[in-house]
Amino acid sequence: MSSILPIAFDGITYASWLFLISAGLTLIYGVMRILNVAHGSLYALGAYAACSLAGAWLGGGLPAAGSFAMLLLAALLVGSVAGPLIERGLLQWMYGKDEVVLVLITYALFLIMEDVIKLVWGVDSLLLPDPYALPGNFQLGGLTYPVYNVLLIALALATGLALAWALYRTRQGKLLLAVIHDRDMSMAMGINVSRVYLATFAVGATLAALGGAFTAPTIAVTPGIGVEVIVLAFAVVVIGGLGSLGGAALGALLVGLVRSATVRYWPEAELFSIYAVMAMVLIARPKGLFAAQEARKI
Amino acid sequence: MRPSLSFGLCAALAAFVFLLAVPASLAQQPLKVGIVTFLSGPAAGPFGVPARNAAELTAELLNAGTVPAPYSQKGFGGTPIELVIIDEAGGPQKQVAEYRNLVPRVDIVIGYISSGDCLAIAPVAEEQKKLTVLFDCGTPRIFEDASYKYVFRTGPTGTMDNVSVALYLVERTPNVKSIAGLNQNYAWGQDSWADFENAMKTLKPGIEVKTSQMPKLFAGQFGAEITTLLGSGAEVIHSSMWGGDLEGLVLQGAPRGLFEKHKVVLSAGEPAINRLGTRIPDGTILGARGPFGPFAPGTDLARWLKTTYQDRYHVPPNYASFKMTQAILGVKAAYEKAKGSGNEAPDQDKIIAAFENLTFEGPGGPVKMALGKGHQAIMDAAVGTTRVEGGELKIVDIARYSADKVNPPDGVKSEAWIKSGIKK
Repeated sequence: MSSILPIAFDGITYASWLFLISAGLTLIYGVMRILNVAHGSLYALGAYAACSLAGAWLGGGLPAAGSFAMLLLAALLVGSVAGPLIERGLLQWMYGKDEVVLVLITYALFLIMEDVIKLVWGVDSLLLPDPYALPGNFQLGGLTYPVYNVLLIALALATGLALAWALYRTRQGKLLLAVIHDRDMSMAMGINVSRVYLATFAVGATLAALGGAFTAPTIAVTPGIGVEVIVLAFAVVVIGGLGSLGGAALGALLVGLVRSATVRYWPEAELFSIYAVMAMVLIARPKGLFAAQEARKI
Repeated sequence: MRPSLSFGLCAALAAFVFLLAVPASLAQQPLKVGIVTFLSGPAAGPFGVPARNAAELTAELLNAGTVPAPYSQKGFGGTPIELVIIDEAGGPQKQVAEYRNLVPRVDIVIGYISSGDCLAIAPVAEEQKKLTVLFDCGTPRIFEDASYKYVFRTGPTGTMDNVSVALYLVERTPNVKSIAGLNQNYAWGQDSWADFENAMKTLKPGIEVKTSQMPKLFAGQFGAEITTLLGSGAEVIHSSMWGGDLEGLVLQGAPRGLFEKHKVVLSAGEPAINRLGTRIPDGTILGARGPFGPFAPGTDLARWLKTTYQDRYHVPPNYASFKMTQAILGVKAAYEKAKGSGNEAPDQDKIIAAFENLTFEGPGGPVKMALGKGHQAIMDAAVGTTRVEGGELKIVDIARYSADKVNPPDGVKSEAWIKSGIKK
């Protein structure tokens, strides 16, 4: 019993981090049918921007609590600048091409962005540990945990609820659902699909950057962090079903809990555990847990 | 028609000038040295770029003739050296292709940080018949599983790091009863943990291994692993992590009391001290993969590297920088020994013959090419403990172990040597 609580807490913390990144990835795929490999770079960009902004804030001797606002600002900045820039500057010219071609295009973009990050921030790791230590620690099952992990879980919950509300309870969200369901019909009905695409990509980019910005205080921000993330995020999205927000949440939770239990009881299999979950889900449901059934067009 | 006297004089003069000029121009042809090190990816910051910086600095100062004795002769035996630097990123398959492209462009190759790259390059170097000096990778398998003519390694193996930290640990905590590990899940992490675990079992028979955590390389987040280690009850935690993973471990582990409740051993932790400083908690046992960085001896050569590197790059040289300079100086020593007092440039076979079993002075102290039939270096080892004093991180209680004590004899595999009792 004493180990169940720590395993569950570690699993949920990891799941929260995974969900923040996977939500944007699945949203972009659901609407635009793009498997965005550059999502990893947007995550990295969020982490680097957070280090710069919050680092400058703290370096200026301003109140440490304000560094959390800087993390949020970094995510919004990356989402609102890099997102539209990529969508308007590159992706809008590629719509209608085969999904595999789009994967290759975003992969090329990923490589370019990795080099851009290296040009701007260099190859040395950046550290931003103050926001992680600031809220202090608490005890759970006889072990010490940082309160920051609770904030991360709260952020993921709030983001998930906000996304669900925006999708299912607002007019804009319903228009977006219409585009997900049938792009051609939506255009015929007068929906400005181009604008929906732009907004979706900007929101997806913001979510990736949000994941990066709030992870930055817990890690050393180094070149290549986007590579590690994108592989995990793809696994989560595939488990949940491509394009499903609820699926991303459940997929993240499954992966988080299974990984946490594996680290505890069978550490040799940690690397394999995530993909074992994916394989088992795909055997039972080849399109993932919550993939929408596609209507066949004649 | 008879040529005029003045024409004859001019022709003779021109011929004389030409005769003088040809050897001079040939003598000025620089020796091309290929340098392979990470310029991108996660290993660039802690190792690749510090090594590249050391290579550029060393080549420039060698050409200027300002390196202390016994390396004060310009270049290699008076011939200037020119570097051709390429990126090690991309994995062994890509590196083999890059190496094949590099070979025709250079006279000597010095490089490789990743053990995977070293294992892939060594047989290709043999096939290409190109003198190739590995400067940093740690796997002992290079010369234990094969024999090479054209391949040398001027840095010690990972076995030495883990045997020396085990000796240090047992000397200071003779009643240690349990250990645990947190190492990256690839060749380096697995080999390091195996060497440390075996060394501890040899030194303290009956020691209990509580858990061995092997997270994915570059995972960066170790929340569940730290929870398991905290709950394991192990007295000692060993980690050979490096780069962002190591920094992440300290950032995430220190606030949770990992370093307070356990004696933590970071066998390759030295590069992190410049990055993390006082964030590395008191009492952490630290290795530097040899007598490098803060463990360097007080020789003119070590002082020269520390001063010139600090002046140019505004950070102290870490072990990757030391090992790169050591490799270049090793090749210079072999080249000059092969050249002797003659004027002719030695051919590759002569340099190889001079390099085998060579003992030369590096910035970390004496380097003996004693293993792998004279192709693999051994050095003294050094281990210390961190202490925060006056807001600064210091390395105290430094212990040195002679090269013979922490390396197997030639021809004996590391694992067998450790299991048979770590004897000279």
